[in-house]
Amino acid sequence: MATAALERPQPAVLDEGAAARVGRFLRRAPVHVVLVLLGLFWLIPTTGLFITSLLSASDAAQGGWWNFFAEPSSWTLENYRNMFDNEGIVDALLITAQVTLGSAILPILVASLAAYALAWIDFPGRDWLFLGVVGLLLVPIQMALIPIFSLYNRFDLFDTVPGLILFHTAFALPFAIFLLRNFFAGIPKDLMEAARIDGASELRLFFKVVLPLGLPAIASLAIFQVLFVWNDLLIGLVLAQNNQPIAPHLASQLRQFGSNLDVLAPASFFSAVIPLIVFASFQRYFVQGLLAGSVK
Amino acid sequence: MAGVTFEHVSKIYLDGTRAVSGVNLDIADGEFMVFVGPSGCGKSTALRMVAGLEEISEGVLRIGDRVVNHVAPRDRDIAMVFQSYALYPHLSVYENIAFSLRLKKVPKAEVDRRVHEAARVLGLEDYLKRKPRALSGGQRQRVAMGRAIVRQPQAFLMDEPLSNLDAKLRVQTRAEIARLQDELGVTTIYVTHDQVEAMTMGDRVAVMRRGELQQVASPQELYDHPVNLFVGGFIGSPSMNLLEATLERANGSLAVALGSQRITLPEDALALRPALRRYEGRQVVLGIRPEDLEDASLRTDSPTDARLKGRLELVEALGSELVVHFAVDAKPAVTDEVRELAQDAGSTTVGRELTGSGATLVGRFDPHSRVHEGDEPEVFVDARELHFFDTETGLGIYDDDTKATKGAGS
Repeated sequence: MATAALERPQPAVLDEGAAARVGRFLRRAPVHVVLVLLGLFWLIPTTGLFITSLLSASDAAQGGWWNFFAEPSSWTLENYRNMFDNEGIVDALLITAQVTLGSAILPILVASLAAYALAWIDFPGRDWLFLGVVGLLLVPIQMALIPIFSLYNRFDLFDTVPGLILFHTAFALPFAIFLLRNFFAGIPKDLMEAARIDGASELRLFFKVVLPLGLPAIASLAIFQVLFVWNDLLIGLVLAQNNQPIAPHLASQLRQFGSNLDVLAPASFFSAVIPLIVFASFQRYFVQGLLAGSVK
Repeated sequence: MAGVTFEHVSKIYLDGTRAVSGVNLDIADGEFMVFVGPSGCGKSTALRMVAGLEEISEGVLRIGDRVVNHVAPRDRDIAMVFQSYALYPHLSVYENIAFSLRLKKVPKAEVDRRVHEAARVLGLEDYLKRKPRALSGGQRQRVAMGRAIVRQPQAFLMDEPLSNLDAKLRVQTRAEIARLQDELGVTTIYVTHDQVEAMTMGDRVAVMRRGELQQVASPQELYDHPVNLFVGGFIGSPSMNLLEATLERANGSLAVALGSQRITLPEDALALRPALRRYEGRQVVLGIRPEDLEDASLRTDSPTDARLKGRLELVEALGSELVVHFAVDAKPAVTDEVRELAQDAGSTTVGRELTGSGATLVGRFDPHSRVHEGDEPEVFVDARELHFFDTETGLGIYDDDTKATKGAGS
């Protein structure tokens, strides 16, 4: 039986010369073609935005961005140069960067500590507390906007960077705790006990063992949070006025009549590229098998 | 370094189960103590209580002179080797071994010296830069050992450290650990369910059953004088044959009646077990070690009143010996202990139960024996080496005094 099973694939491999490979390619080709087409279709608006950002105001006003292909030599970086001279946009970008950074770091810090406690420290009511945190996932942001707005007015947090960070943090925490707790709970118990016996206090255990092992979960959390906060329009619109992040700022630049595409296009494209860079740079932490070799 | 003392230590769970029950045990400084028993007997729980990973419900636990009942694991100055090794996957072998030293803020040069020393002893010098996932099972096991010895602790705790290794490596590592422990002279508690490991490694072996200590003794003592049926059946491989038998008077001495066959006990056997006389005419459980059975044709000088007749069902030639399974007309002893042992051993004893009417004995014959399956040879029984147990209590029948001293702290 065993030898038969071993030998059987061999003739198949021999037969599978060029013909079989072509056959397999043809079988899969339709799938690939459809995927490539879908991808290109999805990229059309971004491509359009990018090309528009390279056209002068008069060119952009003349018609669709696709006319660019008829006259490729007309592109210019003038719009980008102007964008960095535009104080409003630069300020908005800086504010967005601060808010995003704060809103990514703070919840991860708080949530990972909470998740560690919920996963590995035995205290009464722990599971109920965790259930309560999970329950908070159901609270919609919109419900809190008005109460928080009036609260912020009283504490002078309206229209400030810390105010925005605190709001984003509060609403990121339930999911962050939920995700990290489940990830931390998957760390082998032996490993934690070994570290305790080796002399680690809870805090050291957290920083030396749990955090390094939790890196994949923390990286994905960071990406989600950066994307969400960077692209956020609603919260920035409600809780800021003169110090708005980029999304609400650009929205406020839209004019009902006439277009200022030469301002909006480069800024929009620029603000879309930054999360992409973040995604690409964090992606390497999504490695499988970080726990390999630890137990067994 | 220090000894470890259990004073009436118990572990009681919230639902009332006693995982460990009233254990009294004195482990001397530098001693290699093995806890052995079937799964669920409480041996791991006992070890984890020493480590501080499990709370002590009752009793006092001392490491050296210090009561450690409420001392955190990190302050007990012990090192533990886990069955799963529990290596830190994100750290190199070097950092794994150095982990505890770094936490203790040992100076860098000293850390380096001790890590290299441990790596040298364990043959890990070439692997210090690797991550655990790039190591083989045996190497990982050695890193786990390195992590323990580098700390120079009061005691080593090992929880089945070899059970994830393949058979050959296990035998090799077993010897290495025993040698290492001997060199370092650190008090060691070693938990295993493998009685061969227990016998070969321990200075003393503690046999546990259902949370209670059955017997604590040197391996040979355990083998020769099992305090009860459970210890007798658990220690030894192949395990002791256990049969129902009746003690009868015969020519001024005692004879063991096994079904229709009889084995006369020589005077010196009775002298070793004076208490046997009290069982005259009563039923007992008879224990025969496989090596005390021999092909009678190879022992022509053997007395004819110490022979059994049986039909060979299976002969396993191992080269150095023949392991023979033969059916005799007798009843296998069936008590709680025997059932528990059969469950733990898995398939090996199932065959015996299947034979129904008779019992199957396992013997180890000299390889010069020319017996074959289906033969009905005479089998010589070394009557001086027979073991007897009380049917009711399961206790070994010796002299009344010896029974008291062999008892496990009760």
